[in-house]
Amino acid sequence: MNRQQVLHNAEGAVTAKPVGVVGDIATVARRSIRSLLREPEALAPALLIPTFFFVVNIGALETFVERSPNIDYRAFQIPVAIIFAVTGISRASVLVIDIQTGYLSRMLVTPVRRTTLLLGLMVADVVLALGLSIVVVIMGFIFGVSFGTGPLGILVFLGLAVAWSLAFTGFPYTVALRTGNPAAVNSSFLIFFPFAFLTPAYLPRELMTGWMQGVATWNPVTYLLEAMRSLLSEGWDAAALSKGIAAIGALGLVTFTMAFRSLARRVATG
Amino acid sequence: MSQIRQAVNRESAISAHGLARTFGTKRAVDGVDLEVEAGEIYGFLGPNGAGKSTTVLMLCTLLSPSAGQARVAGYDVVESPGEVRVRIGVALQEAALDERQSGREILDLQARLYGLSAADRAAAVERAVELAGIGEAMEHRVKTYSGGMKRRLDLAASLIHGPRVLFLDEPTTGLDPVSRAQVWDEVRRLNRELGVTVFLTTQYLEEADALADRVGIIDSGRIVEQGSPTELKRAVGADVIVVDLPAAEIALAAEATAQLDAVDAVTPGRRGLTIATTDGAAVVGSVAVALAAAGLNPQSLTVRTPSLDDVFLLATGYRMSTANSEALNAINGSGSELQHSDPDTFSAGNKQQ
Repeated sequence: MNRQQVLHNAEGAVTAKPVGVVGDIATVARRSIRSLLREPEALAPALLIPTFFFVVNIGALETFVERSPNIDYRAFQIPVAIIFAVTGISRASVLVIDIQTGYLSRMLVTPVRRTTLLLGLMVADVVLALGLSIVVVIMGFIFGVSFGTGPLGILVFLGLAVAWSLAFTGFPYTVALRTGNPAAVNSSFLIFFPFAFLTPAYLPRELMTGWMQGVATWNPVTYLLEAMRSLLSEGWDAAALSKGIAAIGALGLVTFTMAFRSLARRVATG
Repeated sequence: MSQIRQAVNRESAISAHGLARTFGTKRAVDGVDLEVEAGEIYGFLGPNGAGKSTTVLMLCTLLSPSAGQARVAGYDVVESPGEVRVRIGVALQEAALDERQSGREILDLQARLYGLSAADRAAAVERAVELAGIGEAMEHRVKTYSGGMKRRLDLAASLIHGPRVLFLDEPTTGLDPVSRAQVWDEVRRLNRELGVTVFLTTQYLEEADALADRVGIIDSGRIVEQGSPTELKRAVGADVIVVDLPAAEIALAAEATAQLDAVDAVTPGRRGLTIATTDGAAVVGSVAVALAAAGLNPQSLTVRTPSLDDVFLLATGYRMSTANSEALNAINGSGSELQHSDPDTFSAGNKQQ
């Protein structure tokens, strides 16, 4: 290090300053995506589980369900596979490690905007959810599924999947920020089961009976599935899409409120 | 003193008045007053649980004071935390690094978080790479690093934006002697060459003695002594005589030696007496005779120059080494609740795990 460099540093010519929201999100997201790409093994369950259920459900129920008119059960199951792939995936485990190792504190002593610490992680979640959704859609094409709404319908379909995934990440982030405990974050995956299974995942809602039909009526995933299925088989259905988007929005409102309140509490200095 | 230090010496880098922090009913920091001049290395010395880390967290804007005020690099830590953050560097107790990233990636991320322009960022990362001095390893993932390498990278990351004030919270705890010496050299160089003000917390007496221009001794959340190591030790006396005795004989021994000529102070401890005197060699004989006359038989009598531990003993009535082991025993006996409330206790708990 030469003398000029030393003086440059000592006199503060290197000017540190707050970056702004977009810059901070980009910085945090860059790190999150990089670590995501370094853990390809972590993606395996997110792909194996939906593939397994897709194949098993079709093998078990395709002939039976297709006795009802106008049901393409493979197209019917693709949204379920997507939900299984993208629900509950998040970088919350990374956040917990940052809390435990003190790396979060290191970032907190920089001028980074606190909310971007979560938003940057969510950008990585979006990238991951999009990648998984594309893989599942390709799997659907291989099994002969087609989109009645064409290429634009595929984009909307992927958009719904990613938006749902993002809305759901509020749960694991809330647990991570409240507890700072990796085991608790892993356990937060359990909330996936009522969301995913108390729905018309296997049969259309009109074929469901009793309490199950009642519960499914109140489950936001029901409306997400029906919106996604409409893109595959029915053509553009504004009502179904509106309900699906509203369901995602409602869930996102609840989970993001919880997550960002938890973040505020975690980084509070009081 | 270098020209750089003289140039920046006109202002206080850190000042605190009545700084306090309470966790529940426990007052972890209880009215700390301190002034650290720009360009100074200030050693903040105290046993585990004394309030060192809590004080650092408040000065670094990570924890709000319950009472009092503090200014760092010219800004109030509560009213202008953002201004403080761009002017300070912080290396907390454990090297806080993302083990899945390479050293260079961590430095680059840090530079981005501080908003350095692309040109400044490239230059700052290269400077930090050089500062860390870990060679090719900089391109490898941090999980492959030794403890010393992590600490050096941590230091380099905390300096990436050219901070005016550097907080080092127990930077050598857990390091081997070689790594510890390297960190000491680095701290001296940062201060000497870059003029960085260093606020260093430590529980190692020799560390404060070796590095600090001035030392503040904190005990039970209060600063009990403050001054240069030389001044503080001189205040104890020219020499100290350490008398090892069974606990039951300490009070009698103190009484027997307190009135001797040339004895400045007698401080009973838990394992004997510490006698401050202007001439240890001359007085040690008289001490031995007085103890024998009182029917006491000390296990050892040692004459040496005063240490900061003697300063601590005179200020608090007990030695730091004893306080540290008692604090660690207390942690072992307590549950995890304290670990989330008191950073000083938390740090001690970590070390025991």
